[in-house]
Amino acid sequence: MAVTGVFMSAVADTHAQDHHHGPAKGISRWLLTTNHKDIGTMYLIFSFAMFLLGGTMAMVIRAELFQPGLQIVQPEFFNQMTTMHGLIMVFGAVMPAFVGLANWMLPLMIGAPDMALPRMNNWSFWLLPCAFLILVSTLFMEGGAPNFGWTFYAPLSTTYGPPSTTFFIFAVHIMGISSIMGAINVIATILNLRAPGMTLMKMPLFVWTWLITAFLLIAVMPVLAGVVTMMLMDINFGTSFFDASGGGDPVLFQHVFWFFGHPEVYIMILPAFGAVSHIIPAFSRKPLFGYASMVYAVGAIALLSFVVWAHHMFTVGIPIVGQLFFMYATMLIAVPTGVKVFNWVATMFRGSLTFEAPMLFAVAFVILFTIGGFSGLMLAIAPADFQYHDTYFVVAHFHYVLVPGAIFGIFASAYFWLPKWTGHMYDETLAKTHFWLSFIGMNLAFFPMHFLGLAGMPRRIPDYALQFADFNMVSSVGAFMFGATQLLFLLIVVKCIKGGKEAPAKPWDGAEGLEWTVSSPAPYHTFATPPEVK
Amino acid sequence: MRVHAQRAGALLGGLMFPAWSMADWTLNMTPGVTGTSNEIFSLHMTILWICVVIGVVVFGVMFWSIFAHRKSQGAKPANFHENTLVEILWTIIPFVILVVMAIPATATLVDMYDTTESEVDIKVTGYQWKWQYEYINEDFGYFSNLSTPRDQIENRQAKGENYLLEVDNPLVIPVGKKVRFLLTANDVIHSWWVPDFGVKKDAIPGFINETWTRVDEPGIYRGQCTELCGKDHGFMPVVVEAVPEEEYNAWVAEKKEAAERERQLTQKDWTMAELMERGEKAYQTACAACHQADGSGAPPAFPALKGSPIATQDMAAHIDIVVNGKSGTSMQAFGNQLSEVDLAAVITYERNAWGNNTGEMVTPKEIFDYKNQQ
Amino acid sequence: MTDQQVNNSGAPRGNARVVGWCLAGVVGMFAFGFAMVPLYDVFCEITGINGKTGGRYESTEVAEADMTRTVKVQFLASNGPGMTWKFRPVVRSVEVHPGEPTTVNFYAENPTTEAMVGQAVPSLAPSEGTLYFHKTECFCFNQQPLEAGESTEMPLIFIVDKDLPEHITKLTLSYTLYDQGKQPAVTQTSRKDTTTNDNG
Repeated sequence: MAVTGVFMSAVADTHAQDHHHGPAKGISRWLLTTNHKDIGTMYLIFSFAMFLLGGTMAMVIRAELFQPGLQIVQPEFFNQMTTMHGLIMVFGAVMPAFVGLANWMLPLMIGAPDMALPRMNNWSFWLLPCAFLILVSTLFMEGGAPNFGWTFYAPLSTTYGPPSTTFFIFAVHIMGISSIMGAINVIATILNLRAPGMTLMKMPLFVWTWLITAFLLIAVMPVLAGVVTMMLMDINFGTSFFDASGGGDPVLFQHVFWFFGHPEVYIMILPAFGAVSHIIPAFSRKPLFGYASMVYAVGAIALLSFVVWAHHMFTVGIPIVGQLFFMYATMLIAVPTGVKVFNWVATMFRGSLTFEAPMLFAVAFVILFTIGGFSGLMLAIAPADFQYHDTYFVVAHFHYVLVPGAIFGIFASAYFWLPKWTGHMYDETLAKTHFWLSFIGMNLAFFPMHFLGLAGMPRRIPDYALQFADFNMVSSVGAFMFGATQLLFLLIVVKCIKGGKEAPAKPWDGAEGLEWTVSSPAPYHTFATPPEVK
Repeated sequence: MRVHAQRAGALLGGLMFPAWSMADWTLNMTPGVTGTSNEIFSLHMTILWICVVIGVVVFGVMFWSIFAHRKSQGAKPANFHENTLVEILWTIIPFVILVVMAIPATATLVDMYDTTESEVDIKVTGYQWKWQYEYINEDFGYFSNLSTPRDQIENRQAKGENYLLEVDNPLVIPVGKKVRFLLTANDVIHSWWVPDFGVKKDAIPGFINETWTRVDEPGIYRGQCTELCGKDHGFMPVVVEAVPEEEYNAWVAEKKEAAERERQLTQKDWTMAELMERGEKAYQTACAACHQADGSGAPPAFPALKGSPIATQDMAAHIDIVVNGKSGTSMQAFGNQLSEVDLAAVITYERNAWGNNTGEMVTPKEIFDYKNQQ
Repeated sequence: MTDQQVNNSGAPRGNARVVGWCLAGVVGMFAFGFAMVPLYDVFCEITGINGKTGGRYESTEVAEADMTRTVKVQFLASNGPGMTWKFRPVVRSVEVHPGEPTTVNFYAENPTTEAMVGQAVPSLAPSEGTLYFHKTECFCFNQQPLEAGESTEMPLIFIVDKDLPEHITKLTLSYTLYDQGKQPAVTQTSRKDTTTNDNG
């Protein structure tokens, strides 16, 4: 186990620092660890594995959509692929990656020795492989995996769902419990374990964004649990929450789901906002512009995220007063988001810029996430949304905010903090290659989707009319390129863990923060005594 | 207020590059053929241009920094990290832009929601995986199924021009009239979308939704289901033929008649006695001239029906000769001359009158089905 | 180093408090998710937004009909999935004066060889009209059992409220008939309680 070997040697160096025996050996180390660094590592490895799995499903989707006609899979299986791709990416790749980053970096950033509740932390992690084992096993059950989209609207998912739907619900519950426990841990850690002198308004941005994200998780994951429980009851216990024949309403499902679903997408981006707010100042060698407004903007975004959910439902027949309210509220979210973008640009302006891999990803994040934000603003215009809704225009929008948004944010963070985690510099040339191939592949894959949506191509279809053929082919080529490139990332990470140029405590001369005061790799136990923060 | 907002919207839309610049590429949304679709297109172009301008400014500053503020070029970092005035400005200005954008958007939405004063009402029902259209004031309806052959989908045959966007029975509506759609679904949620009309509305089982359109130009317009509804979600297109009013009225009359006939056939349970009574009348009118009132005919030119093999043995042959006639003889094809009711009645009569007494009867529905099979 | 926090001796108590509040939040939000169901129903009843026309209307005063205007009320009938009954309105539409009670019938027939029970679920468009559409008698209030081959005409008695906004001149009432199974309920279960609409 080369990975554990490296971490163990890292620990051996610091043996003098503490009077314990260091981490256990072998598999029980990983099963029983309560160390935030170990747990962070496990979350990151798990999330990358899920990213590759969800990505493989995307490859199946794009392979089928490469040309018109049904060549590779049947529509029933195609619907399983789109559903599972969404579920795995949202709940298995993006969210756990951010929790992994939180685990590794929050204690270091606030000068705490570990998370507030280390044993619960272990349990939070190990619930995830269990949940995803259940979810992925549905592919092999009779009737196949869930096939009703990651948004699982009733009654398609209740009355007409496959037998595996109950297992899907079970997996969602387990994964939800993991998220909730993780969020509680983050809040307790941030509120209680900050080093003396670190007031709230002195906290680094990544800590702020995670604090707010954790509150969002506490608020909405239980609502998700509620809605899947209602589904379970409708399917198995004869209730009629969402069934008109029993006095229920399918639209109620959509309200409850999106009440969770909209804050969920902010859960998936706020930590990236935080990370990028560390990286850009570091590589601009200039302090973050407008710290206070950045904090208030994140707070405003989080609050507003609770009152915009029905912009996912503009075509269900909500009365006009409701449509107008949700349109105005959704347009309003553009204001604090715009403030953040302006602040990042102002941080770069008149800085002293270098473009190592973390900065490349961070700059691409700002540009491409903003493009995703623009298409989001267009979608907010309710009358126009009648032409965009459930087309590839929406698919383009959310892939722009999630891929160059969340995913590039995660890549940027990984490159930024890999030296701290492993003690080695990653291979900069390979990393830049990873960046450029990802950037080109991603744009080739998703930019044409704007055109497809505007030209009239609906979502979630395995076959399409001939006028959509050319852009679909381009998109598939870009997707294959993007997918293949992620194997390069795997190579880069493994190579970095095994060896490379020795990394100093602060490999980035413009970086600020307590995490850069400990050596690289970070010792197994850090900040046994809290530092003074001025 | 609404008028002012509409005028403001038109002005804003008109100031932005008009439809001609993008309409012919597949890069952009279609302006469509209705007032709504054109208003939506204007809103779309307006917000797009606002975003482009903001993007150019913001990315411009960023690219400038990337170029001019590189450490490798000797740039030294400044130290500023706040500027309250600038921050207030770049909060207020976007807010104002949004308010300005919201005004025409509100006007268009109000317009889209106004389903009053419609002239034609059509109920649209989404099924897995087809649409049903019912003209509720005219008492007829039909299903509309994808008509692209399976062979094309499975790549055994070259794909036609309207691959996946063609149906057996399109919806037909009149041009220039306000058509109101009432949408529901039979099983799961579907969504009915015609991009050229700017119309999309979810079809929800157990509930009725409303929307409307007024099409300015005759033509055939194609759309698709836009809510995941199961395995053939991608295979239930929407095709609408907008035709001039007279053509529409003629088509409606034809459909109503056909529906009435169909109703007569399927809803009525014809008894033997009823068919015999009607059949005798029909026989007198259409057949007696050659085959005589007592069925004895005038052989060899006009065979007897009384005691004949045709009228007493194989039913299918009997139906065939009455409906299709017999070439080379004087026996005409009565399939187009008599209604299904009369055809069934006459055949029933022939099989039981004059001592033929087979006890067999044919229903109008059976004749209807027989004719459709041919 | 274990999970004892040496740097902040108040932390275990502080942790317990934070965890306590967070758990309360979790439980509260889970309850809120479920509370959304009745909240949604109440909200819809009060505003009429989802087109559900509610239960039996009981008015306290006798309203006079408004003879200055008429409203066209259209009737639609659909079958739920797998429902084999014939179900249609006897008349397609009626012109009524607001305030005037009107009776229409719906025809239902069970063409199968077994006794069945149906339940009709109403939906009204436009949804703004829902609050102004009152049913004093409706076959949708009860389940409808029909023997094999039996048919019936089911009454609907309604009043369009005089306060119906002027711009609404057409209301469309749609019923979807669902199969409730092969046996009638032990007792005739009536649908919702009386409506909260109180437009007298």
